[in-house]
Amino acid sequence: MSSAEGLAVDRVHVWRGERHVLKGVSCTVRPGELLHVRGPNGTGKTTLLRVICGLLRPEQGEVRWDGAPTERVRASFQRSLAYASHEPALKGDLTAIENLAFTVGLKRPVRRTELEAFLRRTGAAALLDLPVRMLSAGQRRRVALARVLALESKLWLLDEPYTNLDAGGVALLSELLAEHRGRGGLALVVAHHEVPAVSDRLELAA
Amino acid sequence: MNDVQAWPAEAGVGAGAALALIVKRDLCLSFRRPEQLLQPLVFFLIVTTLFPLGLSLELSTLREVSPGVLWVGALLASLLSLDALFRSDAEDGTLEQLVLSGQDLTLIVIAKTLAHWLVSGAALVLVSPLIALALGMPVGVFATMLASLALGTLTLSWLGAIGAALTVGLRRGNVLLSLIVLPLAMPLLIFGAGATDRALADLSTSGALYLLASLCLFTSTLAPFAAAAAVRIALE
Repeated sequence: MSSAEGLAVDRVHVWRGERHVLKGVSCTVRPGELLHVRGPNGTGKTTLLRVICGLLRPEQGEVRWDGAPTERVRASFQRSLAYASHEPALKGDLTAIENLAFTVGLKRPVRRTELEAFLRRTGAAALLDLPVRMLSAGQRRRVALARVLALESKLWLLDEPYTNLDAGGVALLSELLAEHRGRGGLALVVAHHEVPAVSDRLELAA
Repeated sequence: MNDVQAWPAEAGVGAGAALALIVKRDLCLSFRRPEQLLQPLVFFLIVTTLFPLGLSLELSTLREVSPGVLWVGALLASLLSLDALFRSDAEDGTLEQLVLSGQDLTLIVIAKTLAHWLVSGAALVLVSPLIALALGMPVGVFATMLASLALGTLTLSWLGAIGAALTVGLRRGNVLLSLIVLPLAMPLLIFGAGATDRALADLSTSGALYLLASLCLFTSTLAPFAAAAAVRIALE
């Protein structure tokens, strides 16, 4: 394994208007590692995730994937990541399976049976053919989690994934994270919730 | 370790398949909300019915103004649905998932705009003969009218994609969207209504139609890039 393999965030600065949100944040995540990002509200945890996945360009510093700046390898880097934002990012008028077939289908060819298996894994199998607007917030979170699994991506970027999950859901997520790391996957989790078995913690201060 | 096998998403999906998937999904979403599909069409019908009430019920007078009436009605009706082009995806977070799909954002904009045109512009073109008949337009003019409206609404969708992308971050962007798009749509109205007018007067229409076609080509090559850049800024 080369030393550059994985994700490296190198002295990233972001201003939002007059506010200096990220002040030279650095971190690295290597294959098999889980980084827990913590900090009070408004310290730029979501901003950091958005910078990493390329939705937001930092004013200074850079993000590297396997040693290459992500700016330069944007398309291939984005194919390697699964980003679960704070909102579940599901279309209310489509069923769970249609939602997944679409977003996953843009990244890799996928069959319905495969998606059903992922939804079963996250405990959302009973909801397959219901329009997502009829699901509860926790059920939507489980569908969004099934999408992260179905994307089969090496890097997981999860923003407050524990929100709205019941105790079973919380245990399931921890299990899934452990499995992902076992496969050599990387994960970066923003959470106020305690995340078990993390490799490292990043504290963002106000 | 064979990375592609371990992480299947890294191989990616071809541009053609992605384009078809986005168009299919947007059409599916539109048909789940049939009322939103029908609203611009009903608006088109009502606006064009207002003109005879305000002007004159004389068929010869109506025939003279019918190209302009049809065109203004179609322009306004297709503006109605433009606002939703990116907004609903931006609000529920699916636009971020699209942008992060590893597919070219320009391609995503092209697919979404085409899907939008199919359910707005193309639908308006299909109902326009009904209105044209009611306004006393001779059937011989229909071919020109349909061709000009098809080119015009498609061009408007491209222009509208830029406007919709620029206003996607605003809470109430639809008025601003109209203010951005309508001035740009003036040449369309001039040549589109002009082509139909000339057909009514039995003159050659090819000049105006070629101009419309060139405007359509021009916008379809440039607008996706401009709209993609605007979407990227809106997400920041």
